[in-house]
Amino acid sequence: MCRECNDKENPLSRADYVSVDEMRNIQLTKLKKIVRHCYDNVPLTRLRMDEKGVKPEDIKTLEDMRFLPFMKKTDLRDEYPKGLFGVPMRDIVRFHCSSGTTGKPIVVGSTRGDLDVWIDGVVRSLVMDGITNEDILQVSYGYGLFTGGLGLHYGGEALGCAVVPTSGGNTDRQIMLMRDLGVTAIACTPSYFIHIMDEALKKGVDFRKETKLRHGIFGAEPWTDEIRAKIESVTGIEAHDIYGLTEVSGPGVASSCRCHSGLHVFEDHFYPEIINPDTLEPVPDGTWGELVFTTLDRFGTPMLRYRTRDITRIIPDRCDCGRTIRRIDRISARTDDMLIIRGVNVFPSQIEAGLMTVDKVLPHYHIYVDREGDLDTIEVKVEVTADALGDQIKSLELLRRTIAEAIKKIINISIKVTLVEPHSLPRSEGKMNRVTDNRKK
Amino acid sequence: MKIKQISLFLENKPGHLNAICRTLAKAGINIVTLSLADTQQFGIVRLIVEDWERGRDELEKAGHVVNVRDVVAATVNDVPGGMADLLDAVGAVGVNIEYMYAFSFRTNDKAILVFRFDDADKAIEALKRIGADILDASTLFSH
Repeated sequence: MCRECNDKENPLSRADYVSVDEMRNIQLTKLKKIVRHCYDNVPLTRLRMDEKGVKPEDIKTLEDMRFLPFMKKTDLRDEYPKGLFGVPMRDIVRFHCSSGTTGKPIVVGSTRGDLDVWIDGVVRSLVMDGITNEDILQVSYGYGLFTGGLGLHYGGEALGCAVVPTSGGNTDRQIMLMRDLGVTAIACTPSYFIHIMDEALKKGVDFRKETKLRHGIFGAEPWTDEIRAKIESVTGIEAHDIYGLTEVSGPGVASSCRCHSGLHVFEDHFYPEIINPDTLEPVPDGTWGELVFTTLDRFGTPMLRYRTRDITRIIPDRCDCGRTIRRIDRISARTDDMLIIRGVNVFPSQIEAGLMTVDKVLPHYHIYVDREGDLDTIEVKVEVTADALGDQIKSLELLRRTIAEAIKKIINISIKVTLVEPHSLPRSEGKMNRVTDNRKK
Repeated sequence: MKIKQISLFLENKPGHLNAICRTLAKAGINIVTLSLADTQQFGIVRLIVEDWERGRDELEKAGHVVNVRDVVAATVNDVPGGMADLLDAVGAVGVNIEYMYAFSFRTNDKAILVFRFDDADKAIEALKRIGADILDASTLFSH
């Protein structure tokens, strides 16, 4: 058993502990209803179901889900802005957009009930983290079209936390308020927290002595266990993982509990499947593949079998915390992020894991992919830190070689490591983009 | 008897050394001497400045990563063989010189050398035995 893990008595978490049979019954009832809703109200879904010869009444068990068509991000783009909405505009109360790195963004509309479902997930995530109405929660996710800020904001308020809606940016003020208001929990992207951590250290602020911070709720980008360990050892806080995506609501689709072994999916709202991304067939629990979600009770922009492009697996056994809802493994890679270097699949998270095995390197780095002649090249620029800098060239050369070897050990490809001056790499206050692929230009 | 040297990481690019000099100039901190070690990609600049603490703070404020090390400044007779005598003395006690550089000014027919030894105390002892003059910060900056 792990740290104060069991909050079975908390009524907010009731659904986390229902029996598996009861959960499957809830899911099936909701599934039938949402499939009918989509068939009747979303023309694209109706068209695709008709093409496959599937009628809503054919869905008799949860396994029948495999007959349903998939939904992809490109569908949301093609149907921009409101083609996939399932209710009349009078029932929509909020829009959110997901950043469009290429072209148009995707738009999701929520009804009042959809927002309640989303916020239920956020509240249960916070409860899972050990956060209560005694906590002061600083929300340093961006507020606005991005779901991170408003999601944690309303979730925090619903739980009764005192919310400090700082949004992203103005790091000096973030640190000042954290200290002066006695903030106990912060929600932001892991990369932004590392930025806050660096700035605080630069100002000589000792997190352990000068702040009351105990929890970090981090999400919206893949991060590694090594980063988690680093954050925890520098600041003494407990780092929690919250997962979600705009297409199926926002943060609070899944969350780590205090056992920190995978993320529990709020599967009474978001039904998870893992598929083989090549054959599109579901795979057995425990097998790695692409994560797919069906929103069981969101009606504004309902999603049947939405392909997340995130790579994970369903962890087959029961968590030590006692929750019955299933777990997915930490998302360490997104199929979108995968780089193909000389025919080999490389994930930025693998490079990060390599970097973090080398002591003395704080995680400020950027990956540059290029092509020289017919050969793909990969260069990792790493900012030199005060710890790493000696007064001799040989120690820096050694550091450079050690990093290169550590990364090569993981990805089996030789890479170029370049040491650069501090603060010379791009910073982000929202989602971090750590890869520049010049081959695409 | 040791003096403080500050060293900084530097990318091997136009203007990067100047940025450091400008930062110190603006703060009114004089560079007494410096040495550069470089590779194709990057280098390390080592500086002896008056008021190293303020120098370090100003450079850190400007976003540089600064390292502080003890080095030894010794005078040497400005005659042929002057330096060889010094090196004999530290070599005899098995101390290794990690790097060294010279001061740009002379004083009374003596030159000043800055050493980074792997064992500074042992080297100082050996140098004193042959009568070399080891300078402390106040003597150094009074020149």
